[in-house]
Amino acid sequence: MTGQSKRKKFLYINRRAPHGTIYALESLEVVLIGAAFEQDVSLAFIDDGVYQLMAGQDTSGIGVKNFSKTYRALGDYEVRKLYVERESLAERGLTVEDLMPISFEDEEDDYAEKPSILVADRSEMVRLIAEQDVVLSF
Amino acid sequence: MPTLHTVNKSPYERSSLRSCLDHLAEGDSVLMMEDAVVGARRGGKFVEVLKAARPSCTVSVLAPDLAARGMKADDLAEGIALVDYGGFVDLAVANARVCAWL
Repeated sequence: MTGQSKRKKFLYINRRAPHGTIYALESLEVVLIGAAFEQDVSLAFIDDGVYQLMAGQDTSGIGVKNFSKTYRALGDYEVRKLYVERESLAERGLTVEDLMPISFEDEEDDYAEKPSILVADRSEMVRLIAEQDVVLSF
Repeated sequence: MPTLHTVNKSPYERSSLRSCLDHLAEGDSVLMMEDAVVGARRGGKFVEVLKAARPSCTVSVLAPDLAARGMKADDLAEGIALVDYGGFVDLAVANARVCAWL
């Protein structure tokens, strides 16, 4: 060991709707671990994964924790790249307007609020995967 | 450097094979393992889907999983390779990253 750690590119791919299984919540926990180690973290929301970012989630009737607010705090942990696949939204009758507004404060631009959600075509997702050091799937 | 994509669910039950094939880059490899091997059988409805995936990509099936489900190399659709556990390791080494489609 040299003691010098390299900053790696981590992509977390989320393909499942929240609450029915533990995948979405587990992904979020691992994302925060990656961010704590100051890695270059990106999130991808593909297929039913786009439902993780839906606005207005209310889990009070099903007895599980509503962790959807956590996505809005990701900016404070330097997690600022949430790629949502355009085709996955369209197939489900959704648009980006149906998702929570998620933003971060850019300290290099006088703390201007900037959107963290980036709608990406499938071809952009392919390029995103190809530039990663590590891909973790949930 | 290309990506190794692994799929472990039957395409008759889940959409993960479809999603995987929709996200391939030039020169990537696909490994069908566990229940996914059922999608590689000759005459099945996913054979055309696999053939239509990027021509520059290779598709392999993990042999012990195929055998466990009562199939042999002859049962595989044309153009699909059979690899053992050593071949799985070779694929992992030959690619820069592994992307699992769960």
